[in-house]
Amino acid sequence: MTAVLDISDLQVTFPTVEGPVSAVRGVDLTLDPGRVLGVVGESGSGKTVTMLATLGLLPASAEVTGSVKYKGRELLGVAPSELRKVRGSGIAMIFQDPRTSLNPVHTIGHQIVEGIRIHHPEVGRKDALKRAIDLLRLVGIPQADRRANDYPHQFSGGMCQRAMIAMAVANDPDVLVADEPTTALDVTIQAQILDLLRDIRKEKGVAIVLISHDLGVIAGVADEVAVMYAGRVVERGTVDDVYEQARHPYTRGLLASVPRLTDDNRGPLVSIGGGAPSLLHLPGGCAFHPRCSHERPNCRVDDPRLRRVGPVDAACHYAEEMGPVKADS
Amino acid sequence: MTVATDSDGAAAPVGVAEPILTVRDLVKQFPIRGGGKVQAVSGVSFDLHEGETLGLVGESGCGKSTTARCVLRLIEPTSGEVRFRGRDVLALGRKDLRTLRADLQIVFQDPYASLNPRMQVWSIIAEPLIVHGMPAKAAKTRAGELLELVRLRPEHAGRYPHEFSSGQRQRIGVARALALEPDVLVLDEPVSALDVSIQAGVLNLLEELRHRLHLSYLFIAHDLSVVRHISDRVAVMYLGKVVEIGTRDDIYNRPAMPYTQALLSAVPVPDPSIERKRKRIVLSGDLPSPADPPSGCRFRTRCWKAQDICATEEPALIDRGQGHPSACHFAEELQVVP
Repeated sequence: MTAVLDISDLQVTFPTVEGPVSAVRGVDLTLDPGRVLGVVGESGSGKTVTMLATLGLLPASAEVTGSVKYKGRELLGVAPSELRKVRGSGIAMIFQDPRTSLNPVHTIGHQIVEGIRIHHPEVGRKDALKRAIDLLRLVGIPQADRRANDYPHQFSGGMCQRAMIAMAVANDPDVLVADEPTTALDVTIQAQILDLLRDIRKEKGVAIVLISHDLGVIAGVADEVAVMYAGRVVERGTVDDVYEQARHPYTRGLLASVPRLTDDNRGPLVSIGGGAPSLLHLPGGCAFHPRCSHERPNCRVDDPRLRRVGPVDAACHYAEEMGPVKADS
Repeated sequence: MTVATDSDGAAAPVGVAEPILTVRDLVKQFPIRGGGKVQAVSGVSFDLHEGETLGLVGESGCGKSTTARCVLRLIEPTSGEVRFRGRDVLALGRKDLRTLRADLQIVFQDPYASLNPRMQVWSIIAEPLIVHGMPAKAAKTRAGELLELVRLRPEHAGRYPHEFSSGQRQRIGVARALALEPDVLVLDEPVSALDVSIQAGVLNLLEELRHRLHLSYLFIAHDLSVVRHISDRVAVMYLGKVVEIGTRDDIYNRPAMPYTQALLSAVPVPDPSIERKRKRIVLSGDLPSPADPPSGCRFRTRCWKAQDICATEEPALIDRGQGHPSACHFAEELQVVP
């Protein structure tokens, strides 16, 4: 099976007045057709920048190297006109805040029609609108034919995100990148949108990259998961393997530090000391070492690379020594 | 044993200490330009007992933050009663209100917006002390002690907020709230803006301070997992009303109100095997407008149990046989947390 999206050794550097900032430092990710890849990490870990670089959506000042292959075709460095053909029809993206992603002065229907006709100019306005209404129906907008004439402010947050998803799947992309699609939404609305993503995947066979800081959201939707820290993937594997047998101390710390709905315990939570490092002044060796409870002298100098350890890939010198995850919490 | 009955009809044995904070029938309406009113809080009642943490949960727009601000009189409630140690908070004049604020403090959600970026950290923490009459020098010393209390280095007292991480800033917010040695802290989404790995440390600190300083917390949050971890009792709000209240076991193990059940079943759990097996109650539709709430039970437009009576008769918040109060004509225990 050829990967529908294959990112290898992706590096992104932004020039700043204080010097270059490496936001993404050699990321490898593979997405197979019809699969859901969860990307977890905290603010500044590089998860969004990775996907923006993939789609060529970063400002021109960003320096991007490495390789991004969509169905075997290299996307990095291709002409903007070529990239525009892939964006929307091959890879589509939805963002965290659906309200700021929609144009407030056009109707919802008009915006979906526009997306369809950019990639399929042969489709007439009327047919495109019919298709837009079908899409709104597919994503569960009630009275879709009437609501297509509404403006974004007439939609609730959850409905705006549904409309964004309708727009994203309008041209039957192979890949849908969803960047924190439910973070701005309430938990009952989040459940609706996650259901919708599962349905869309089943119905359309679209592969999804789901970016989230919420380990629960990823657990419920993703097949595979990649954990990012300071611009790197530090652990990856199937959701079951990573959640049950994580080998990287950061992943294990994250899993242990979240209070769980199912957990009756009121004792102290396991917390990871310190804070995320500044990307301007990354610690030497393993970027996680100043916060790591398993840190040893060579962690300060040797930068661990992602390697196979048991069922997962982990970037830690001492990954073999980690027992079952449950023991940490 | 003699039994006294409070205004809610809930029996409380005599001899049990008076609640430190009581809120009765609290109402806050905001006028809308062009007529009408947003009914942000519509008759909320609860007690906060000494030394306990009461979690106030609900989704955006349910009125939880407005309730908190009304309790502190940061906004003036339209009607209702708030008593702190028996004193009528809503009747206090400006001077007495200031004394009250020494006992009742608040920590805000956003540690970036709630600290003045142009003030050094010591003066942020010392400001309430100086306002309440402490000489600047003594206040500065006390600010150092408070920094230590929240596990920050007192030698960083001369730094500015931007020199601290989000978790450290939230600790500064906590230190400021504790400066006047209050009895009650209102915590309005204190960890929502923090990254997961930082959140745990702040929650641990809050729990430790509550024990050490004998504080009572009114803990407002939308994250039901966090609330379960930190609360002794929990009140669930929907569209300006408390729809269910009880101990954390009542709410998490025996929820009786359909909204509570739906809310709990929607919370994702970081365990793929549980998530796959789980049955969810997925609500249809969106929150109705608080400017025009549904008649009768406000949840009925999204409720799978709704009958005619739900539109005509508002269900009271009373014990309906589950051992804790819930506001539903068809209240029934249901296990939804796996």
